[in-house]
Amino acid sequence: MRPDRILSDAAKSPSAGIVRFEGVGLRYGQGTEILQDISFALPGGSFHYLTGDSGAGKSSLLSLMYLARRPTRGRIEMFGIDTTRMNHAMLPRVRRRIGVVFQDFRLLDHLSTLDNVALPLRVAGVRESEIARHVPELLNWVGLGGALKTRPPLLSGGEKQRVAIARAVINRPDLLLADEPTGNVDDRIAQRLMHLFVELNRLGTTVVIATHNEPLIRRFPYPRLHLAEGGLALHPASGASPAEA
Amino acid sequence: MLRRRSDLPFDHDATAAFLPAMIAMMVFLATLALSGALVLDNLLDRWNRDIKGTLTVQVVHPDAANAKAVAARVEKTIRLIEETPGVLRARALSEGELAALIEPWLGSSDLIADLPLPSLIDVTVGDAPPPDLVALSERLRKEVPGASVDDHRIWLSRVIRLADGLEMLARSVMALVALAAAVAVVYATRAGLAIHRSSIEILHLVGARDGYIARQYALRALWLGSQGAAIGFGLAAPVLLGLGAMAKTLQGGLLAEVSFGSAHWVVLGLVPVLAALLAMTAAFLTVLRTLARML
Repeated sequence: MRPDRILSDAAKSPSAGIVRFEGVGLRYGQGTEILQDISFALPGGSFHYLTGDSGAGKSSLLSLMYLARRPTRGRIEMFGIDTTRMNHAMLPRVRRRIGVVFQDFRLLDHLSTLDNVALPLRVAGVRESEIARHVPELLNWVGLGGALKTRPPLLSGGEKQRVAIARAVINRPDLLLADEPTGNVDDRIAQRLMHLFVELNRLGTTVVIATHNEPLIRRFPYPRLHLAEGGLALHPASGASPAEA
Repeated sequence: MLRRRSDLPFDHDATAAFLPAMIAMMVFLATLALSGALVLDNLLDRWNRDIKGTLTVQVVHPDAANAKAVAARVEKTIRLIEETPGVLRARALSEGELAALIEPWLGSSDLIADLPLPSLIDVTVGDAPPPDLVALSERLRKEVPGASVDDHRIWLSRVIRLADGLEMLARSVMALVALAAAVAVVYATRAGLAIHRSSIEILHLVGARDGYIARQYALRALWLGSQGAAIGFGLAAPVLLGLGAMAKTLQGGLLAEVSFGSAHWVVLGLVPVLAALLAMTAAFLTVLRTLARML
């Protein structure tokens, strides 16, 4: 096995993973495999960065985790369920346990900020009275309390990003996947958002953040899954402890 | 309720204009077709009642001047008729009734009294089982020469067969219109799914079930279908009222029962309701079927 395709410690103990990849490969169409023999496991309550150059496959790896596509080969387990054997009807139940922050936000432009953030709650059948209580509270927390009725086209990039993050965390997911969640915000907001992720992690959410932001990685040190040449390597945390950040 | 907030940006797709227009046309055609079927059903019902009720036997007398012989022949004919299974009763028309029947053509009853008129026997028949008229006709021809069954059912049955065919045609038109409407809704919904694919993906990724998304399409189709159905019925109703008014002015026996009663309007009123429900159901099933193929 190539040194950059190592298994994480968690992957060596199969029962531990909330996310578990075994020999996963992914290719688009007839092209070469963008991900090759990816094997790792993320223990429940862990916090990892996902790093790699542009085009290394970070977004593709995340998309496999949030079940937007199936691998070309290999096996993926989410929350102990083999997703390669999962039928269509089972997908929503698993997806409701995953919060996703997309790089391009993927907000619904015709809905207000409040309705965008409320979406995961509404599809899960949460009562409107609860939505009316929780969503403004979270939006206040991310600094968008004054934009509840504003639609995404009228928001700045950083504001959209915060809406996307609020939508991903509103239902306290078991797994949070974020693709460059601090890419469009200033340093102060980035730190605030990182504190939100750290707090969610402290409450038990497993977090995976794809990022290029090295200063942030140093300030909030957690283990890093690094993608290069289609393979995945695990690097331990380095730098100050998250508590110090 | 139908226009509640939707998670999908329906206001920006072309089905908002297409679907109501298409449903309006379908409901217009279906309402006219159904009204035609109802009118024919009415006429058929009446004609069937007529056909089942009575028939006439005519007895021509070679010696009309001999009243005794005439009476004997009539009596024998009535006896033969009444012996036939399915006949309820037979009664000879009186001279007065005969005179009244032909007075419109021949004038005063003084003249009629001098004519060698045949006797007419009014026969009431049942329908369970109906009498074998061919056998009765044959028997009368043998035993009472000059007696014949005037079976108006022969031509009426041909008219009924034609009306039956027309009624079936009207019902077929309705079925085709419903099928065409369903197909149009299916294609409009598929187009809508393609337009909103990225939004649907987002809904899926936040955990929406297919039924949640399909309900939004179904409510949308119900709302648009209701609009179109109301327009289509609104256009068809004055046309029917106009045709009904024209039919009444004809005052013909054939068209006497063409006009609509309130029960007919209730039945016709179901057309737009069913059209809107059809649009809703077709949209719901189409979305479920299409989304089942998505990840």
